[in-house]
Amino acid sequence: MNNLWGDSLSGFWSAWIIVITLGSIGFAFWLLYANRKTDKTPDAEGNVETTGHAADGIEEYDNPLPRWWFQLYVGTVIFSLGYLVLYPGLGNFAGVLGWTQEGQWEEEVARAEERFTPIFAQYQEIPIPELARDAEAMQVAERIYLNNCAVCHGSNAQGGYGFPNLTDDDWLYGGEPEQILTSLIRGRNGLMPSWQQLGEQNIENVTQHVLALSDLEHDAERAERGAATFASVCAACHMPDGTGNQALGAPNLTNDIWLYQAPGQSVADSVRQTLRNGRNGHMPAQAAYIGEERVHLVAAYVYSLRFRD
Amino acid sequence: MSTALEHPTYNYKVVRQFAIMTVVWGIVGMLLGVILAAQLVWPQLNLDLPWTSFGRLRPLHTNAVIFAFGGSALFATSYYVVQRTCQTRLFSDKLAAFTFWGWQAVILSAVITLPLGYTTTKEYAELEWPINILIAVVWISYAIVFLMTVKQRKTSHIYVANWFFAAFILTVAVLHIVNNAAIPVTAMYSTSIYSGAIDAMVQWWYGHNAVGFFLTAGFLGMMYYFVPKQAERPVYSYRLSIVHFWALIMVYMWAGPHHLHYTALPNWAQSLGMIMSIILLAPSWGGMINGMMTLSGAWHKLRTDPTLRFLVVALSFYGMSTFEGPMMAVKTVNALSHYTDWTIGHVHAGALGWVAMITIGSMYHLIPRLFGRTEMHSVGLIAVHFWLATIGTVLYIASMWVNGILQGLMWRAINPDGTLMYTFIESVEASGPGYIVRLIGGLCWVVGMLIMAYNVTMTVKRGEGARQPLPQTA
Repeated sequence: MNNLWGDSLSGFWSAWIIVITLGSIGFAFWLLYANRKTDKTPDAEGNVETTGHAADGIEEYDNPLPRWWFQLYVGTVIFSLGYLVLYPGLGNFAGVLGWTQEGQWEEEVARAEERFTPIFAQYQEIPIPELARDAEAMQVAERIYLNNCAVCHGSNAQGGYGFPNLTDDDWLYGGEPEQILTSLIRGRNGLMPSWQQLGEQNIENVTQHVLALSDLEHDAERAERGAATFASVCAACHMPDGTGNQALGAPNLTNDIWLYQAPGQSVADSVRQTLRNGRNGHMPAQAAYIGEERVHLVAAYVYSLRFRD
Repeated sequence: MSTALEHPTYNYKVVRQFAIMTVVWGIVGMLLGVILAAQLVWPQLNLDLPWTSFGRLRPLHTNAVIFAFGGSALFATSYYVVQRTCQTRLFSDKLAAFTFWGWQAVILSAVITLPLGYTTTKEYAELEWPINILIAVVWISYAIVFLMTVKQRKTSHIYVANWFFAAFILTVAVLHIVNNAAIPVTAMYSTSIYSGAIDAMVQWWYGHNAVGFFLTAGFLGMMYYFVPKQAERPVYSYRLSIVHFWALIMVYMWAGPHHLHYTALPNWAQSLGMIMSIILLAPSWGGMINGMMTLSGAWHKLRTDPTLRFLVVALSFYGMSTFEGPMMAVKTVNALSHYTDWTIGHVHAGALGWVAMITIGSMYHLIPRLFGRTEMHSVGLIAVHFWLATIGTVLYIASMWVNGILQGLMWRAINPDGTLMYTFIESVEASGPGYIVRLIGGLCWVVGMLIMAYNVTMTVKRGEGARQPLPQTA
């Protein structure tokens, strides 16, 4: 009971809210009360006489307020005043129940944590490769995946434009349990810089070289010229042979898997666009959203995808 | 319009113009609604073009039905009613003509700018600042024409319909100007002068009062004239109209925060929005009772008069949705219903069941009288329209109730391990059948409106041909 008065509003505004709220409810009630009786008596049909004036031929009876309606009105006023005693509403008066939406949220979260944390704590004890073989655990994990990850990586985990496929063997940051866990807990930021400064001729040459790395149709002469540029500019991250570097998240360019190939776009166009404008991939850190226990389970789920057909 | 139809006392020209545009914009607005409903069933209908995407057509639909269709109906009926009940001509024919052309210009600007993607992002107030200035000028002119006409009345009393029209006109002016206060950045871009939770609160103070004053008080004004007129019965209770008028306009002002339950809005403001919404139930029902009870002694007319049926069913949907509203404003109910299709259903119970039905009933009374006829070309077609509109509304709101409760329950369902039982996309999939039923409901409405357009065209043609003498003033 010592928290009846909060301190979110200044004294004046708190008083102002209380006065106009109670004043308005009071006015609404007075209006009803002042009109509760009519001195006119109903005729045989049950109607009282008209007010005597007519507007474009429309007359008005002066029937009393229907009793049930009167009571409904009074009922809502009483309910509202009771609510204002119990709950916050009258300025800084917090209500005798001390209820707030923040408090309600904290309580519900605490109750959920108490109920569900043991379930996930038990899974966290199990190493990821083992957990990935536990069908029941993977059912729970799949639900977490579908509600948190599927929006980018897809319900089937096959990804999409700009979102990696999690079911193949190509890993930007590595597919070992610890690497998956790191991706999930800390998130990832993949940065491919723009190489516009190389000029269009060089960009085209490098593009042809990249196509050659994946054994795709290419212009051999240009690819050869591009190889020199690749060695001096791209190899630092993508390695001289183009197989990439998981420590940096630099993709393997030799396996014909293209993260940024838009629907309907040719590989060549996608590579040109990447070289001209650069790319910025962002995997948000999940630990802050779902907690490390659930992250552990999701990591096992992602790991388990390799066992599927 | 033929000059042979000019009334000796009253300005019927502007009323006729607005009445015809009510039907035209009704068809346009509802057709847009059907396209949007179809897009939710078949997303390919977005056509992969920015101008026809759901996000741009949706505000065009809401603006077209609320401000173009509803607005034209309110202009038409308020100008007609104020003249007939005050027994005087409109204060200024020129200013009234300006409100007609000005309002059509506003609508045309919306039709152009919204698909192009110009938007303030404020719901029901999407139009950018130059258009907002035009709206303000037109609206103030409207207030001058209406209020000065009331001032010049030849009767001692101000009839109840005019109280509601006046409250609607004055409040909408205040709401529009306050909510759209913005700093222009370019010719078609501005930023609101409010920020954060205050911006949200001002927006929903506006948003809910757009419902309360534009879509409720204004249309109650319509109801208070056309129901007793069509039923040829006195209004049930003058006393009740006083109580529910003052209570309605005072309490509505407070109800906005119920759109922001469980958000960054302070707890106290959310509570006040909730309790005032509950107190609003009785004042809202006061209007329904007064309309319904006016029919006592005239119930038999419902069998033969489909126009009266439109008016009475409108009152029933009004009663239903003004019960549903306070209920959805209760925090525990809102926690389930908010962000679901239930909200869409609730809005359309009001928009189709109440606003459109009362408008159409009023138009079927009004249009023959404006064109020198005593009745519409075909009473049978009014009956067909009535059934299409009623069935369409029921299909619409029933499917959205089912979808809304389904979504609300699916989103909160959890497994024993605390994980969510359904993904969001599963709730979208489950909503599919409801979207089809809603589309059918919407189609019923559009077909009904096309029948109305035919009936109105025939009435106007015959009226011009016959050149019958106009009904005399009371």
